[in-house]
Amino acid sequence: MMLTLDHIAKRFGGVQAVSDVTFAVARGEIVALIGPNGAGKTTLFSLIAGFLAPDAGAIRFEDRDVTGLPPHRIAALGLVRTFQTAQPFERLTVAQNIAVGAHLHLASRGAALRRGAEIAERVGLGKWLHRPSRELTVAGRKRLELGRALATEPHLVLLDEVMAGLNPTEIDAIVPTIFAIRDSGITVLLTEHVMRAVMRLSDRVLVLNNGRLIAQGKPADVATDPAVIEAYLGRGVAPPAARELARG
Amino acid sequence: MKSAAAIIVLLLALIPLPWLVRSDFWLNFAVLTLYYGFLGQSWNILGGYGGQYSFGHAAFFGTGAYTSAVLQLQLGFNPWLAVGLASVAGGVVAAIVGGLSFRYGLRGSYFALITLAFAEVLRILADSLGFTGAGVGLQVPLHPAVVNFQFAGKSGFYFTMLVLTALGLAVVWYIEHSRFGARLMAVRDNEDAAQALGVNVYRVKLGAIVVSGILMALGGVFYLQYFLYIDPEIAYGPAVSIAALLAPIVGGLGTMCGPLLGAAALQLLNEVSESAIGAAPGLNLVLYGAVLVLIIAFLPEGIAGVARLRIGLPRGRAA
Ligand SMILES: Nc1ncnc2c1ncn2[C@@H]1O[C@H](COP(=O)(O)OP(=O)(O)OP(=O)(O)O)[C@@H](O)[C@H]1O
Ligand SMILES: [Mg+2]
Repeated sequence: MMLTLDHIAKRFGGVQAVSDVTFAVARGEIVALIGPNGAGKTTLFSLIAGFLAPDAGAIRFEDRDVTGLPPHRIAALGLVRTFQTAQPFERLTVAQNIAVGAHLHLASRGAALRRGAEIAERVGLGKWLHRPSRELTVAGRKRLELGRALATEPHLVLLDEVMAGLNPTEIDAIVPTIFAIRDSGITVLLTEHVMRAVMRLSDRVLVLNNGRLIAQGKPADVATDPAVIEAYLGRGVAPPAARELARG
Repeated sequence: MKSAAAIIVLLLALIPLPWLVRSDFWLNFAVLTLYYGFLGQSWNILGGYGGQYSFGHAAFFGTGAYTSAVLQLQLGFNPWLAVGLASVAGGVVAAIVGGLSFRYGLRGSYFALITLAFAEVLRILADSLGFTGAGVGLQVPLHPAVVNFQFAGKSGFYFTMLVLTALGLAVVWYIEHSRFGARLMAVRDNEDAAQALGVNVYRVKLGAIVVSGILMALGGVFYLQYFLYIDPEIAYGPAVSIAALLAPIVGGLGTMCGPLLGAAALQLLNEVSESAIGAAPGLNLVLYGAVLVLIIAFLPEGIAGVARLRIGLPRGRAA
């Protein structure tokens, strides 16, 4: 297994953000982790990537126990996350941003910058290569997050809402990029509110609600699961998403 | 590579200065400009490139100066031999300060305060211990000779400072063209993102503070040889910590030439305000302070930032 979570729990003060979550991701899959706002998706990503330590449970990555390892060690093993709110290195150019990721395996500055240019091209930032990253639009920043993560040559990437804030055209443009990532041999675990994209992209869907995993399966099956529809409608938070889900 | 060539040309152009400038006053001005530029460069490595604003660089400066003075006066070391040990001592103090504060994730004003506290503790120690001369300080006897790291004229000190300036520029050039530097700037801009990409934030910051501390200690060694006297206030007092951070802030944080530009501007300002209002003591400081506020308010990127706009240089540094 690429990734295994075993009874993971995390509490913030009075909020049980994640409770008793168990699942696995196989090599080569695209798995979507969905759920209403505040369901605990980002928290789960932070736990997997080592930014938070779980209160209980164990996380295995490629059959190695990574529970409690610091983020840089986990990244070095080949598990890299992106951030829901893009976190560019603002004073660095796009190429330099991506090169930071490339430096994980490349000591040479020249080689890392060349790699940065290649990957910028791959994620559609070729024209922005030498621009400071703070000048990027939201869509550009999301692509930069993706590019930097890919530059580390990960085995598994966690993409936290790479499509949030994008318009439909931009979303349609990023879907093939994600397929291409998988086809290059990288396993993908992503969170997403854009159901159209989830349905098209994912081999499997995990549904989180109030920190609990309430359903998992093929996108079409999950979309008709009464518990899932209830989770979205019951909260009244994301009815359009629920309608989309129900339609499949 | 272009930046390296420009820097080398600049340094070469500065070599004949002592033959062109015959007045001791202006040569002293040049020595002090390079000296403050060098202290600024040391601070710039950690503050400008690493985003860790120290308020206590005196801790490293004073350790360099005192180590050299104690080795010479109490143990009879040759001052040239003392240079190596003094810079190592500065690096060790930096490793201790950095190790403690970065291990516990102290950032921003907490980091600034902890560095200030370290410098103050060292000042009090130097003030009370016998072998540091306590409050009286330490005086190195005047024996001008190259072998004693003392020069009869100013030009010897000028060339020493030119060599140190070249060293500082070489370190910063390395930072702009290496993996270590790329990681340092990434940590400055966003620690979380850097970690997510596999950067060991603690180790990168520790590396930066040690390099910065070694250079700052060399600044202390130079001070001792130039003025032949140090006391706890000179070595570990806040004045030198502030001097080190002002030059890069005025000149341009995280730029190669910012500290030197800032030091030149501040030295000029100092002279101008002193000669303009020399008669009324204290007033020159008011003028100095007022101009400083204006620079910081209207030139947030320092003098280097203005130069970049005027000449239309790209903002991105390392290419
Ligand atoms: N650092 C934190 N401290 C305290 N509470 C937190 C923290 N991070 C998250 N929470 C809480 O934990 C719960 C889960 O939040 P999380 O961000 O993981 O949700 P999410 O599924 O990613 O939501 P969204 O779809 O809005 O991104 C929320 O109630 C949130 O307020
Ligand atoms: Mg989230």
